[in-house]
Order: sequence, then structure tokens, then C-alpha cells
Amino acid sequence: MVNLTTKIGSLTLANPIMPASGTFSEDLFEVLDLNQLGAHVTKTITEEIRGGNPTPRVCEVRGSMLNSIGIPSKGIDYFIDNVIPFYNQYDVPLVVSISAQTADDFARICERVSVPGVDAIEANISCPNIKEDGKAFAMRPSTTHAVMTKLRGASDLPLWAKLSPNTGETIEVAMAAEEAGADALVVSNTLLSMAIDIHSRKPKLGNLMGGLSGPSLKPIALRMAYQCAKSVNIPVIGCGGISTVEDIVEYLIAGATAVQVGTATFINPNAMVTLLAELEAFLQNQNIQNVSELVGSVRDEDAADAVVFMETAP
Amino acid sequence: MSILERLNAGEVSSATGETHEADTRVKSNTPVNGEYRLLVLDAPQSILNCQPGQFFHLLCPVTSAHQPYLRRPMSIYGYSAEKGELQFLYKLTGEGTRALAELKVGDTLNVLGPLGVGFTIEPEWQNLLLLARGVGLATLAPLAQEAKRLGRKLTAICSARSQDVLMSIDYFESMGAEVITLTDAEGTSDMDSMRRVIETKISEGVVDAMYTCGSNRMLKLLQEIGATHNIPGEIALEQQMACGLGMCQCCVRSFNRKGLITQERVCREGPVFGIQEAMAW
Repeated sequence: MVNLTTKIGSLTLANPIMPASGTFSEDLFEVLDLNQLGAHVTKTITEEIRGGNPTPRVCEVRGSMLNSIGIPSKGIDYFIDNVIPFYNQYDVPLVVSISAQTADDFARICERVSVPGVDAIEANISCPNIKEDGKAFAMRPSTTHAVMTKLRGASDLPLWAKLSPNTGETIEVAMAAEEAGADALVVSNTLLSMAIDIHSRKPKLGNLMGGLSGPSLKPIALRMAYQCAKSVNIPVIGCGGISTVEDIVEYLIAGATAVQVGTATFINPNAMVTLLAELEAFLQNQNIQNVSELVGSVRDEDAADAVVFMETAP
Repeated sequence: MSILERLNAGEVSSATGETHEADTRVKSNTPVNGEYRLLVLDAPQSILNCQPGQFFHLLCPVTSAHQPYLRRPMSIYGYSAEKGELQFLYKLTGEGTRALAELKVGDTLNVLGPLGVGFTIEPEWQNLLLLARGVGLATLAPLAQEAKRLGRKLTAICSARSQDVLMSIDYFESMGAEVITLTDAEGTSDMDSMRRVIETKISEGVVDAMYTCGSNRMLKLLQEIGATHNIPGEIALEQQMACGLGMCQCCVRSFNRKGLITQERVCREGPVFGIQEAMAW
């Protein structure tokens, strides 16, 4: 029997697999046993009611997808009255993803969702769709530090910062979030992208640009998860392009303590539970007692194995 | 017991609702005419408790020529729990449907469904009228089966470019419907002709409710006729989807609900909506 228990700071999860915000809702209960997940992570909510972006809101690219959903939100009151009680039926930690346009607004919603029944807050400081041209707090260390400091002052709950791949300063942003009091990093959100229909010459997304997710994002998010895990002392939660158990194991080896599965659920709504079973089987086959043994076990001091060419093979 | 063992033993229940992810087997996949194909699947009972107007989310196969990524939503053309059968009528339009066309007899197709809210047939709606054009027929066909089961009278107005691309006429007749065909070639399919045909039926007193799908022009026509003659109606709408379950918020459309413009998910609150609340696009 392998031990899948995962600790994210003070929070203990039954296993390291949870949904990525925006790819999960109460609706999934019809298809998937929600009790099996390590945590429930809600779609980002804002304090105010938001309509979201114009359609089309998604488009497909080879083997992956772009989205510009734009955080439609029924507002915080609806969320507190309806969504939190729904998830509290399950004995699974609830992580609430929040967002806002300014650091002060961010702090206010953070305070308002810090209620009984919520186990952690994920600060979506990296959505490429909420501000013009995909700008987000997590693109720079200074804005990350400023907003995370305000959030830290607004709540005693574990605070996770969801980082952005749309930055050249991954390590600096990660360290800024840690210094400002984040308890964990979620690495990462989607990569700002674009697609154009060559026949109509129109952008394929109603909001012109959107976030890339799916298998093609994985090497980028994996690289970031590795960089973050190397440079901070708080847990890193890997997120980006996971669709197989090998992807999960790779993130754990890179240094992630847990993972979030997103777009894969759109293709296979049972993906998270299937992956959990496969992860357990993988650990059994490898004779690994605790999933935590994999975390950060990357042999980055060793050179990569050389390719053995046919002519030199024995 | 491991999670895998519990999964296989059915102890990790995957479904509390009527929606299931299931593997089906291809019974046949044949051309209906130059543009349309009919896919018949051998399907488990768990997914065959369908309502007319509902849809499935199909995991189209990845082939050497076609690599669809997301599932493709498709309205149910036919379902039969008795035969263990599910049918889809589809038009070859893009990556997903071209990949579907490559399915051979005996191949496996993973489907998710049935999804969404289907058509309603109120007890007092004894005389039904459906207005369909092109692939819209596929969505409306199950209504004929349900009307027959409930013993309701059905008038099916089928419109197409020409007589040879009109589909499902025999099917509607076999379900006891009166079929009226309108074609571009004969100059009978314009909106004025359609209005005359429908209003004639209304004057005969055989229209208690009207159903259509897909087309903006037919939506506006039925909204006008419905408002003038105080006849309720429903429309099945389409929208691009990612998850099909309501999670991603991708497939929204605008609706006029008592003067308030709201955004509703086509996959979850729909795909069938009241004819007067639907908004032309």
C-alpha cells in the first residue's frame, strides 16, 4: 500500500491530484466521484458580477487549446451562499481561486472569502484574459510582491500564488511571492497566445488573444516548476499540460509537491481519478512507499543520458 | 484495495447523474448523400436514457490525416434502448467530422452524454410543428419518435437546397408525420413561403407548439409567428464547446429573459431554449 498523502504547508491532502482552476465546477459531480480528489479548486471568482469575454472563447490548435473565457463571475455573494456549501458536502479541502483588477480590490475579496469551509485561497494573479493585452500582476516581481503583501494582510488562510508563464522573470516573481508571505506557488497559468483563421483572416478568439493550455504547454510549465522549486522554500504545485501519469511523475521529480490537472478533464472528464489510480500503480511498480519520495528527486547534477546509436549498440 | 481495483469493481462511482463517459462500437458509418453521413453505434444502456434535443460529446479519433483535440458536441439523431443503438447524422465540415468519417465498422468511439436539456412537449401540446433545414433535421428527428410515442400529431416542414439533398423524409413519414418539403430549386423555401405554409397550418388548428434549430432566419420567423398567434416554441442552439459539462463557460449565448439580457451556457442550460428568449445572432 503506497502513501499518497501530500502536505502543502499546513494543509494535508489525501493525494497530490487536484483540478486546475477554470476547468472544474460543481457540474463535474455528474461524471466524476469528487471524493477522490486531493483538493477542490474553484473557478476564479471576482467580487463583482462579470459577464466574461465575447465568443468564440476557445479555439483548438494542434494538440492543445486556447481560451479567452475572461472570468465570468456570479459575484462573491452567490459564491458564499451556493458554491461553498456545495463543496462542503465533500470531505475534501476547498481551495478558492480569486481575482481582482487592483491590489486593494484583491485584498477585499480575499478577506471576504476567508470564511469557514474554505481551506486555502489561490490568488489568480496571472490570468491573461482579465486585463487588456494579457497584463497580470505575476508578470513582474514588484507587482507580485505588492499584491501578495496586501493579500497576506487580508487573510490567515493558506495563500497560494498562481504564477504566469508570461514573464521573463520566473525566479524573481517566485521569490517575490514567497517573501510577501505566499504559502505555496501554483506553476503555472496559461501562456498568452493567438490563432488566426486564414480564410476569414479573423483572430479565432473573440478577445483576439488567449491562454494556451494542454500538452504543448507542459515543457514550459515544467521548466518553471523546476526553477521555482529550486529557488523557494515553499511548496510548488505543478500545473500545465498534464494528461498522463508520466506527466505527473515528471512534475514531481522536477520538484512539485502536488499537481493540478486542467484541460485533460475537458477531453476525458474522468481523467483525474484515472490518473490517480495510475499514479498509485506506478509507485507500487517502482516500490516507492511515499509519493513524497519522488518530489524534487531530479538528478540535475548528472549529464543527460547520451543517445545510443544503432551502429554502436552491442 | 488499490484505487485501480476499486475503480474496476465499480466502487469509485463515477456517476451520480444520467451522464456517462462510455465506449461505443461502430455498427455502420455510411454516406447519406454527398455531404452527410450516418453513424450508427452499439451503445451501452447506461447512456441511452435520452431526451429529444440532447447531445453527446464525441471523442473523435486521431488519425494520420486528422488530429482533432477537443471533443465535438453532436445532437442525437436517433436513440433506441431496445436496440442498444445511438445514431448521429453529420455533415463533413472540419477536422472532427472528417476524422469521424474514417471510423470503420467495429471501431471504438468514446462518447460523453447524454448532455443538456432537451425539448419539452407539454401535455396540452397535442399538435406539433417542426421546421428544419439541412443538418438541423438531425436535431429535430428524435422529436418525431417522441411525438409518436406520446400519440401527438406532427407536421414536419423540411427545407433544403434541392429535392435530392432532402433527408429523413421517409423517416418522418414512418413516424406518422405529415411532411411538407420546401426547396431552393423550386423556389418554395424563402421566408415568405415558409410563413404561408405555417400560417395555413395554424388556421387549420393543428399547431400547438413549434420547434426549430440552428438557423437565424427560421428563429426570427418563428418568433414573429409565435408572437402574432400566441403559440409557444423552442429552438435548439449550437455553440462551440470545450468541456460540454458546464465547467469551462465557453459556449455561452445571450438570451432575453424578461427584458434582462443574460448569458447562458448552451451545453448546460440548453441546447434547447424558449423561442422568444433566444436572440438572433
